[in-house]
Amino acid sequence: MRIDGKGLIDRTKPVRFRFDGRDYAGYKGDTLASALIANEVKLVARSFKYHRPRGVLTAGSEEPNAMVEVIGAKNQTPNVRATVQEVFEGLVAQSQNRLGSLKYDLLAVNDYLSPFLSAGFYYKTFMWPRAFWEAIYEPIIRRAAGLGSLSGKHDEGIYEKAFAFCDVLVIGAGPAGLMVALTAGRSGADVILAEESHHIGGRLLGDGGVIGGMAAADWVASVLAELTAMPNVRIMLRTAVTGAYDHGTYGALERVGLHKSARPNLPRECFWRIVAGHAVLATGALERSVAFADNDRPGIMMASGVRTYLNRYGVVPGKRVTLFANTDAARGVARDLMAAGVTVAAIIDPREGASAVEDCPVHLGAEVVGTRGRLGLREITVRKGSDEFKIETDCLAVSGGWNPTLHLTCHMNGRPRWNDELAAFVPMEGAVPGLVAVGAANGTFSTHGALATGHAAALRAVQALGRRVSVDLPDAEDAPYRIQPIWQVAGEGRAWLDFANDVTTKDVKLSAQEGFRSVEHMKRYTTQGMAPDQGKNSNVAALAVLADATGRGIAETGVTTFRPPYVPVSIAAMGAGGRGAGFAPQRFLTSDQASRDRGAPMIEAGLWYRPSYFPKPGETTWREACDREVRMVREAVGVADVSTLGKIDIQGKDAGRFLDFVYTNMFSTLPVGRVRYGLMLREDGLVLDDGTSARLGENHYLMTTTTAAAGLVMRHLDFVHQAFCADWQVRFISVTEAWAQFAVAGPKARALLNSVLDEPLGDVPFMAVTTVRVGGVEARLFRISFSGEEGYEIAVPTRFGEALFRDLLARAETMGGGPYGMEALNVLRIEKGFITHAEIHGRITAHDIGMEKMVSAKKDCIGKAAAQRPGLWGPDREQLVGLKAVEAISAGAHLFVPGAEVHREMDQGYVTSVGWSPTLDAWLGLAFLKDGRARIGGRIRLVDHLRGIDVICDVCHPVFHDPEGVKLRA
Amino acid sequence: MPELIAKSALEGQGPLTLGGVTLAEAVVGQITSIAVFAGKEKAVAKALKPLGLTFPEPNCWSAKGDARIIWTGRDQAFLTGVEPPMIEGAAVTDQTGGWATLSVSGTAAVEALMRLVPLDLRLMAFPVGRAVRAPLNHMNAVLIRTGDYAFDLMVFRSMARTAWHELESAMQALEARAMLKS
Repeated sequence: MRIDGKGLIDRTKPVRFRFDGRDYAGYKGDTLASALIANEVKLVARSFKYHRPRGVLTAGSEEPNAMVEVIGAKNQTPNVRATVQEVFEGLVAQSQNRLGSLKYDLLAVNDYLSPFLSAGFYYKTFMWPRAFWEAIYEPIIRRAAGLGSLSGKHDEGIYEKAFAFCDVLVIGAGPAGLMVALTAGRSGADVILAEESHHIGGRLLGDGGVIGGMAAADWVASVLAELTAMPNVRIMLRTAVTGAYDHGTYGALERVGLHKSARPNLPRECFWRIVAGHAVLATGALERSVAFADNDRPGIMMASGVRTYLNRYGVVPGKRVTLFANTDAARGVARDLMAAGVTVAAIIDPREGASAVEDCPVHLGAEVVGTRGRLGLREITVRKGSDEFKIETDCLAVSGGWNPTLHLTCHMNGRPRWNDELAAFVPMEGAVPGLVAVGAANGTFSTHGALATGHAAALRAVQALGRRVSVDLPDAEDAPYRIQPIWQVAGEGRAWLDFANDVTTKDVKLSAQEGFRSVEHMKRYTTQGMAPDQGKNSNVAALAVLADATGRGIAETGVTTFRPPYVPVSIAAMGAGGRGAGFAPQRFLTSDQASRDRGAPMIEAGLWYRPSYFPKPGETTWREACDREVRMVREAVGVADVSTLGKIDIQGKDAGRFLDFVYTNMFSTLPVGRVRYGLMLREDGLVLDDGTSARLGENHYLMTTTTAAAGLVMRHLDFVHQAFCADWQVRFISVTEAWAQFAVAGPKARALLNSVLDEPLGDVPFMAVTTVRVGGVEARLFRISFSGEEGYEIAVPTRFGEALFRDLLARAETMGGGPYGMEALNVLRIEKGFITHAEIHGRITAHDIGMEKMVSAKKDCIGKAAAQRPGLWGPDREQLVGLKAVEAISAGAHLFVPGAEVHREMDQGYVTSVGWSPTLDAWLGLAFLKDGRARIGGRIRLVDHLRGIDVICDVCHPVFHDPEGVKLRA
Repeated sequence: MPELIAKSALEGQGPLTLGGVTLAEAVVGQITSIAVFAGKEKAVAKALKPLGLTFPEPNCWSAKGDARIIWTGRDQAFLTGVEPPMIEGAAVTDQTGGWATLSVSGTAAVEALMRLVPLDLRLMAFPVGRAVRAPLNHMNAVLIRTGDYAFDLMVFRSMARTAWHELESAMQALEARAMLKS
């Protein structure tokens, strides 16, 4: 029901929205909850376990009941708190956790079965009867479990993440937070004011009052205006600070576009990481309920919620409201309601000595002991002494006192301490370094107290920042709190503690009775505090009941651990931008467009995109293209972009010495102008990487690494240099990106190069490097081969890469050659027995690949000593061999002795690379076989259980093509 | 004889202005890395003197005319926009074309960068003249402040398109946020 003239909603801007298939109207500034209350919708949800009818309980993000699904064009978001979701034109929401309609939920049968579903029931299903768990219990529980549903599609919404830095982070914009922001802001410090709601003001918006002689709302407006005008203050509305982390870092979730219909490029949410010199926790307090029989009916709400709906949204959830509260402060709810013309049926106050002077009936020393009304409250039963009487009411506002919102102070393992006077936990000072709690969050409940503690905390922060400021503290009410704790009301019937997870006082007592007496055990046994609200509404009351049941005090019983995040955070926001291709940067070659122009499918190699093969008209499979490209290289000439290989420029008078140290073989003796293949070990003696290094000058080398290990090798060199030989005169830097490098291979390679070079090639022996010119551009030419043919690699500065690639291809094609892709490159190197990281995969020694002789005896190197360890060499090791077969074979298959049993214990080795060789007209593979070198010439059985392959192969020397290397040196 | 056409990392990509930020590929000319050998600081200083430059302190850069010298790591700097002099006592390596330079400018430049760079870019913490090696989302970048509202950002050439895309996305979100307020 709307109340005229009340609230901060914009009555000139009506908004239409849809809930459970029905259209409703609200106003701009309404939350879904306030708009539904205005439309007199009481039933909004079903509880998790018993599917009890539930209505809105609170007006904040702690809401345990009113969780809905919001349906967007691209998203379906479950567990949205209706008390947080603002209405907008076209909002579509639906209730969740029901089978059938909300009104007639078939799973409400659980409520009648509740004697069998008490706390811990499902742990018991694990135990007996044993066979029932998998067949019956688990499928049923699994189906019933979970809150809300997902669309099953990818979330294609836009999310954002961002980093912010400030001198003072103010968490919460109630009276305390505003005072901090104002004081720190006026000092010139950089301030971030984060407010979870869509308005600043906090409880001042819900409670009203007078500050500095102004109406609270006017004071809030004047502060907002001043803060908005300050360039050093960033006001972040709809931003919940979710966690406190090391070094003054805070996580925060901003609802950027969730209060609007989806629009292009507008993020739904932004996950912030805020680093603050000082942080002030001004999050206020959360009101707690009282456990009495049937206290969960729609229409029973928190008193502060009722007051907020009235004053902030101009709605009341009933026509005859009753208040059940144990503090003086809560009386304001009844007074505000009466002032707005709403009937207050009675005030029920369990305190005998409280004031009875109100404009409505007041029952002191009384308690609510029962309620009626299945889908909405109709009547309550009140007990006063030995008398019981009924009151007709459709809204019961309950207050059991307040719990400071201190969660963030516990995020670094701090524990709150119990305060008897407040009957609440308050933050431990210094629990999070740099974070100070003020106002209600620190147990100071009056408005004056909030302003004064905020002011003082801000002055301390300002002083620590070396700034000065003078701000007057405005006057405000400073009424005492006066609570007499009441946690539960004795009586028949179920009294609910955790509304979201359906935990009753009986469940907590049962937990204690069954031996789960620690608060952490009770939580897990009953699931109290494990719902989306994380126990914000029920924690303290539940442990008070536990304390009572175990005969301990509340302080002794303690609390469970509050962990981040304070409110639910979508994974999409934390991983913003990381979906699909956003997961990692994409690296493109200079030849990328030229390859795509030729229809080459691109394949990812690390972060790089490389052409897989270059299809020609008429070719229907990749194999046809691959076979053709292999033959082309063997018979004419092929061109491939090999720029992805890591290139490291190494200089200094100790450069040779440094290479001797990181490579197993000798580089200091390499003549200038020559290239040598090198093998690099890790410190543990296993192979790290391989590649060629060229000596460009007396003190100048160029190392190449594999594509996969380029970064790894760079890191390794840095480590070795800094850790073992920091005083050597050697400097190195990656030049991978500075050079575009192309392999030109095949019998016509030299002819192709001569057609592009400014001057024809002279005598360039195998494994030499020289400088050449292409169109006046200086280039490096290496005579190296990864294909087994006469091969060269020509490198030009990257900016000329695309031009040279296109030019080489055009010329190659006139010679019967052309480009070749990764598939052909792989077949060529398998034919030649060259290894890649498919072979040197991290568990391989130099001995395994037959390169033990490359470990120089004349010098030490990284990994040399560790490689001598027993178990890393000898006939028990699996050694590199070639495999040859007439039928298709597969990488990943395992090897067995023909005729022997095929099972794990009989495993003789495994296959790392395979390919169809058009050159040898056979399937070839590289494999690691136990004592493999001694078994060359024999046969082995290859079994791939995954692909159903079972083939007898010949065990061969790994070099199939041109074993003498005649072609390489041609 | 072929004539090779030089192409920049983002050849053909025009500047983009969105959300109070202008993103453009910058032309910085020649890039040379200079890595000083231990104990050779004086020789390097002498070689740089004719350019009017000194080897930069960590996290700093300076300029003289078109020539800039940018700290890029321990004992290492990039000299840009000028032919490198002969330097005794340092490893000198050509990096031209290996890096793409993006200029990010405008009143909301910091707002765009703070979506991708986890560093304090407030003017007092990161004034003009500062240079850092910093992650740009998942990329390794060199970030320098060239003005109160202007930055130059260097990334590996092969990643230039991703860098552009990520900055563009940040700018689009800023633009959409601005539309929300108006």
